[in-house]
Order: sequence, then C-alpha cells, then structure tokens
Amino acid sequence: MSGLTMPRLIRMGSCIHGVDEKVAVLLQWLCVVALTLFIALPLAAIFIKAGQDGSGAFVGLSQVTQAIAEPRIQSAAWNSLKLAVMTLMLVLPAAFVFAFALTRSRVAGKPWLRLIALSPLLAPSLMPAISLVYLFGNQGLLKGWLGGATIYGPLGIVLGEAFYTFPHALLILTAALSVADARLYEAAVVLGAGPVRRFFTITLPNARYGLVSAATLVLTMVVTDFGVRKVIGGQTNVLALEAYKQVLGQQNFNRGAVIGLLLLLPALASFVIERRVAKRAQGSMTGRSVQYHAKSNAWRDTALSAACCAIAVFLVALIGVAVAAAFIKLWPYNMGFTLDHFDFDQQDGGGWRSFRNSIVLSSVSALAGTLLVFLNAYLMEKMPLAGVAVLLSRAIAIIPMAVPGMVLGLGYVLFFSAPANPLHGLYGGMTVLVASCISHFYTTAHLTLTTSLRQIDGEIEAASRSLGRHWWVSCLRVTLPIVLPSMLNVFRYLFVSCMTTVSCVIFLYSLNTELASLAVLNMDDAGDTAAAAAMATLIVGSSCLVSLMLNALGWWCERHLQRWRAA
Amino acid sequence: MKQTDFPLSAQDLASPQADWLRIEGVSKRFGAALVLDQINLRVRRGEFLCLLGPSGCGKTTLLRVIAGLEAQDGGVVIMGGRDIGVLPPAKRDYGIVFQSYALFPNLTVAENVSYALRLPRKERAARVAQLLQMVELDGKQEHYPAQLSGGQQQRVALARALATSPGLLLLDEPLSALDARVRDNLRQELRALQQRLGITAIMVTHDQEEALAIADTIAVMAHGRIEQTGTPEQIYREPATRFVADFVGCANWLPVRQNDAGVVTAGDLSFGFSLPVGAPAATAFCRPEDICVEPHWSAGGKMTMAIVERVDFLGGVRRAVLSLAAERHVELTVDVARNEPGYELLIPGQRVPVSIAPHKVRYFVDGAA
Repeated sequence: MSGLTMPRLIRMGSCIHGVDEKVAVLLQWLCVVALTLFIALPLAAIFIKAGQDGSGAFVGLSQVTQAIAEPRIQSAAWNSLKLAVMTLMLVLPAAFVFAFALTRSRVAGKPWLRLIALSPLLAPSLMPAISLVYLFGNQGLLKGWLGGATIYGPLGIVLGEAFYTFPHALLILTAALSVADARLYEAAVVLGAGPVRRFFTITLPNARYGLVSAATLVLTMVVTDFGVRKVIGGQTNVLALEAYKQVLGQQNFNRGAVIGLLLLLPALASFVIERRVAKRAQGSMTGRSVQYHAKSNAWRDTALSAACCAIAVFLVALIGVAVAAAFIKLWPYNMGFTLDHFDFDQQDGGGWRSFRNSIVLSSVSALAGTLLVFLNAYLMEKMPLAGVAVLLSRAIAIIPMAVPGMVLGLGYVLFFSAPANPLHGLYGGMTVLVASCISHFYTTAHLTLTTSLRQIDGEIEAASRSLGRHWWVSCLRVTLPIVLPSMLNVFRYLFVSCMTTVSCVIFLYSLNTELASLAVLNMDDAGDTAAAAAMATLIVGSSCLVSLMLNALGWWCERHLQRWRAA
Repeated sequence: MKQTDFPLSAQDLASPQADWLRIEGVSKRFGAALVLDQINLRVRRGEFLCLLGPSGCGKTTLLRVIAGLEAQDGGVVIMGGRDIGVLPPAKRDYGIVFQSYALFPNLTVAENVSYALRLPRKERAARVAQLLQMVELDGKQEHYPAQLSGGQQQRVALARALATSPGLLLLDEPLSALDARVRDNLRQELRALQQRLGITAIMVTHDQEEALAIADTIAVMAHGRIEQTGTPEQIYREPATRFVADFVGCANWLPVRQNDAGVVTAGDLSFGFSLPVGAPAATAFCRPEDICVEPHWSAGGKMTMAIVERVDFLGGVRRAVLSLAAERHVELTVDVARNEPGYELLIPGQRVPVSIAPHKVRYFVDGAA
C-alpha cells in the first residue's frame, strides 16, 4: 500500500523467515506459553472450581446461584458496592480538583503537591487504616472529633480506601487533563464563551474518558481490596473478606472460587466499559494541536491551592501518623522515641525474614518482569512474525487488568495446589509468588512499554534487517536504549507494587515465604499495631529508597545514554 | 544517459544485463484486498526505475516484496540469475531508503552509516568517511540524526543504504518529506550519484513530476497492476491507458465521432485517424501544450472556436481553461508561452480560435480502458 497514507504501518507477519526470524517466532511462542501458564490457566481453574462441588463433580451454575441466594453473601456484596460508591464520590471530585490544579492552573509548588499526592502508591493499603486507628480509634488522639461515631466500619473503610485509590485516580485524570488543545479554548473565547461555559463545553467533555476510567478503576480497587477492611472494618462484611475467610479460614475452595467469580464481575464490567469509552476517546489531539497553558488567575489559583493543601494534609497525615507511631513507645500515652517496634523477631508474622523475602520478591519480580514484558512487547510490536502467537499474547496480556489480585491469587492456589499439576512442586515457593506478582501487574507494565515502543519509527527494524543484521542487534543497540527510561519506570512500578501488595499474595505464601505486607496484616491481627506500623514504615521507606535510586539511575542514563534526545 | 530505446530490442533481451532483475507473476493479498495482481517487471542493470502511482496502488508493497520485508503470495523475484524471492531480507544484496529514513536516532551519523559494515575498526572508519564524502556530509560523523536537517538525514539514509555497495538500491518515497527546493536539489544529486555508481535503482513515488525528471523507465501502477511501462517520454506522450493519461501530467479529453464519410470529428475539428470497426464513438486525448491558440481564424477543419473561461499565471506560461463554443461543457486546458501569438488573447470571456496538431492526438475507444 502507499507509504503516504500508512507510513508507520509494519506488517511483517508474512515476511520470509531466516534463522533469526525463526528465533523470534520461537521466543514469541515461549512468551505465550508463560502467559498461558501463569495467567490464563489459573483463571480457568477458578471457573472450573466454581462449577464443581466439594467432591469434584460438575454441578454447573448451581453453586453460584446458591451463593447468590445466601443473605450473608448478599449483604457482603451490597456492602462492597455501597462502600465503593461512597469512596468514589469522595475520591473522584478530590482527584479531579487536584489534577485540574496540577495541569490547568498556576498553583505554586506543583512538584511538591504531585509528590505528596502520589506518595500513597508507596504504602500498602493497610497503612492508612493503621493511621486512622491511631487517630480516631478507641485510643485515638482525635477520637473526640467524631462525636461518638466509630471509625471501625464504613467511615474508616471509606477514608482508608480514599487514601489508597487517590493517586491512581489522580494519575489517570492528570493524563487526561494535561493534553488540551489551546486552539479550542481560543476559538471559544473568540466566540464569547465565559470560563464556566468553556469548562463545561471543552474541559469536561475532553476529560470524559479519564473520568470514566478513573471511576471504574476506583470502584474495582475498592470492591476487591480487603486490607483496609481487615484492619478497620469492624463488623462490616465485604465480598473480598468473605473470599479470604472461605479460603484461609474454612479451606472451602469451591465457595472461594464462586466468590472469586463474583469479584471478577465488577472488574470485568468496568474493564469493558473502559475499553468502550477508550475507543471513542481517541484522536482528540493531532499533530497540529497547540498545547494549552494556563494563564494566571488569582481567584482560581487561591481556591485550588486551598483545596490541594487540604487534600495533601489528609494524605500526609495518613502516612505520617503510622510512621510516627512506629517510633513511639506507646501511642498516645507515652510519646517517647523507641526502636523497639522494629524488633520483629519477637512478634508474629515472620519477623525480619519477611522483610528480606519482600525485598527479594520485589527485586526478582521487577527485574524478570521488566525483561519479560519488554521481550514480549518488542516481539509483538516490532517482530510480529508469528501471527497467532501475537494475537494470543495480546489478548492474554490485557486480562490481568480486569482481574483483582485476590482472584488471581485464588486461581494460583487452585491451579498450582492441584496434585495432578506437574508444576505442583512450585506451590508455596518463591517462584509462584514472583509469577503471581508479575502476572498481576502485567497489563500496566505491558501498556507502558507498548506505548513507548509504538513511538519509535516502525521502519527501524526493517532498516536493520535490510542492512543484514539480526533483529536482536537493532533491539539491543537501538530499541532498548530508546525505551530504557520507560523500562526504569516499569521496574519501579513492579518493585513498589510487589512491596505493597497484599491481595495478590495472601493465599500463596508459606512459612518460608512470609512477606512484609502480610506481616503488617498478621501483626495487626495479633493486636500488635505498633509493630505493624513499623513494618509498614519499612515498606514505605524501602519503596521510597528504591524509587530514589531509580531516579538517580534514570538521571545518569539521561546524561550518558540519552544525549541524542537533547540534540 | 537516458535510455530511449525502450522497449528492449531482441538483442538486449538476450544479454544478461537486460533482465538483471525479473519480477514475474507476483501477487499479494492483504485479507480480502488484492494489493498486487500478477505483476511482471524487468529492470536492466544500471537502470533507474520509478514505480509511479496514487496512494494504495500497491507500489510500496511491490518494493517491500523486492526487499523481502513482505512475502509475495505467488510469483518469483530473480536478481542477477538468483531467485531472491525466497530469501530473507538480509540475504538479498540491496540497500533501502525509507520514507521516514528510519535512521537510528540514538546512534551517531557514523554509527548509522557503519551499521551494516563488518570490518576492522580502521577500514570501517575509512569507509564511513568515504561514504559521507560521497553524500557531502563530511565532518558530521559525530552528529545525531536529530541535529541534522531533513535533507541531511536523507543523505545519511542514502549513505547507510549504500555502505555495503549493494547491487540494488530501493527508495521508498525518499524525497516526499522534504521542502520543495531541497527536494529538487536532492533529486538531481540522487540521479547523478546513481549514474556515477552505476547502481540499479527502484524508486517508489506518487509524484509524477519527480518520476518524469529522474527515471530511465517509469512503471505506472494502479489497483495492484502495472498500467504501463516506458520511458518518461512514452509515458507522457503515448499513455497506454486513460488512467496513465490522467495521472501523468494534465490531460485534455475531447469526445469525437466518426461520420458516415469515415472522418473523425470533434465540433469543427477533424482528425486524421479513423476508429476501429464497430467503435463509432471515442475520446481524443492531448496535452495542454499540444493545443494552439491561433491569432486568426481559418476554416477547413483545422480550427474550432473556444471561449476563455479562466486564466492562471504559472510563471513561464499561462494556463487557460477554454470551453468549446459549440459544446460549452467540453473544457480544454491550454498552456501558452509568452512568445506564442495567442498569449495576449487569453482574457476571460474572449472567443479564440484553437487548433490541435493532429499527430499529437491519441484516442481511446469508449468503453475500453
């Protein structure tokens, strides 16, 4: 076809295969095998288990209908939904205002505001709950503020989830609001539209996709999270907790699988909605668009500053209190400094070993995950030789986004604990934990690298091949250095996510593979909140340290390997 | 240097140089779309061939088939007696310049050019220097592509494609991303370089002016087929199909009829040819410069009256759109140079006599291609 209309199109599926093309095909199929083994089959196991009764006989949907009919499950589902909507109503406006301030105003100190707003990403979801207990719990410092109401229950859950989901919503909304075509605003001004009309006719419609995808993400995260509920939920039962109880408490895997399916539903629904909206949202910015820059407006900027500061104080408080409590002898009675709470070996939860395990898990997952995701994305985008394998890879790579960590973890239990599975030996070991973490966070990493790869001229590989070099030469010499900054981002994302995740690994650890985030949960469960706070602090601290190190590495790369960009 | 002896004589065909590159019956499908439909093409050694056609005609796909970046569904590609159609790209001995240049952005000019060279350090550096000198980029070794202008990037891409001294140079719209002035200069340089090296070149372009200026041979493509292959003169003067006539240059179309006496006419004009049996109607074709605006009327079937509808000033010539006085819906485009007698008569609304040199007119029977 003409190069003019489709200059960047690469269609190499039909190209003639030499030895190195065959290597690419082989690698692509290996990726498919890995993705099938660690994403598709565990999920399939859930569906199969949900259709079986305790003795393994096939009973169709009867278990599902049975579960749905139970008042206990109904109320748990209803609670999950209610709490998710309440959290959404709190988070979405707050995140929108914050994102608007970051992208469309001249508020002072934007980098700092952004840093604070994203800091919850470094913390496990249990951390805000612990802070809330310290602030408003039975011995809470500010218990009086609640005027007799209790923090243990919906109020605590919603506040904790708000903290936990805020940065995710903010990231999406910032991205949505940061691309704006100044020409549209100029045209509106010329046509006599005031600021309010401009907001409702240009800003809001253009951010629609961001709003929908932020909303669906928040809903899914709240419905499927159980860390916050576990710490501060009081008597409120939710679906995620129900699954946890069924599997770990009663060893009822069939019932667990059924609830897993129920958890999958909202996630699947929001995934479908999000994809739909995304399809319609494409192409609002073209190469000829002019980037919008906010003009100064004292009234707007002051109001936004105030709002952002309030949000920032909330976020800092929910991290800060837990960090502070980690170093305080006995909150709130004896506020003296101590390091005693870090003496984990005296506590339940695996002690320091769990922290070391977490570091190992996160490092290995981040490294292996980044390389695997890159290899797969590279082959798919740049060497799409094996048509069927590419389609399979693409389809499976997108699945984890729609699967709550807990459901994936449950799938792993069902799949790898089956004695008939030849990989049964991996169960309970570090390998399965690493695989589950990479799988759980696969989609985001995949999309990040795919986007980066697509920004590179599609003819680079063709040029390299026509110059008689193997594809891995251009991959290592050209493509890899170009996407290195994105790979560092993916590495950081995987590392931090693995450090903080609870839901994905809760069913998978054994005595030797206890993890820091789980230790937080277990120590809090055992009533040792201060030690839990200390461990959570360690998680935040190490996530933070690794992020800083990666930033430094990124800066070094920028200086030494990315000189061509500055040109 | 331009070859005018096309099509090849029997003698040429017998020599190994004549069909150095042979493409026979090449077909390619993308899903339901037939992108290449039984393409046959022969390229002499040292020839500059342009694949010319509109967007979506299959010209880039054909180039990519020759490059091995796309596998044909059927047919063979034979280069220098070797069936390269079954080889992977790396084994085919060609250099290619892409429309986007596809320079490696993170490698310097020298690293880009030496990418394909597997030589000891010193020899490599010498070869790079030689190549850069050839494309007049000496001293730019350590620059990154982003530091160069579009024209310079294009030269780097060219040097890189020629680094291994391949037998064939493939060019995929190499000039289309450049400013008009740079494009014209580079066009001439590209042609001069190709002739100096004696390398066979195939260039894809949608710009007919570019193809006419640079090529030894043009293959005009449409809908996955080759409509006509010939020298630029042949393509322009003797288009084989209506499509070629319309796509290359500006075409005038005159409906003609054959009367009972066997004379072919259009209005007052009569032409010297006769139509094949059973084809009463046809369309005559000529180029704008083949029509002459006459200062004085003379009868006798040599002239017809036309009305000046619009005049555009194109610098060297005036391009006028005329309509026939007898049939106002028939429009003619005429180029008139300043020193021609009709030049001053071109005022909108003016009635002018026009004549057409009979031997420059070709006709296409209605209903046929």
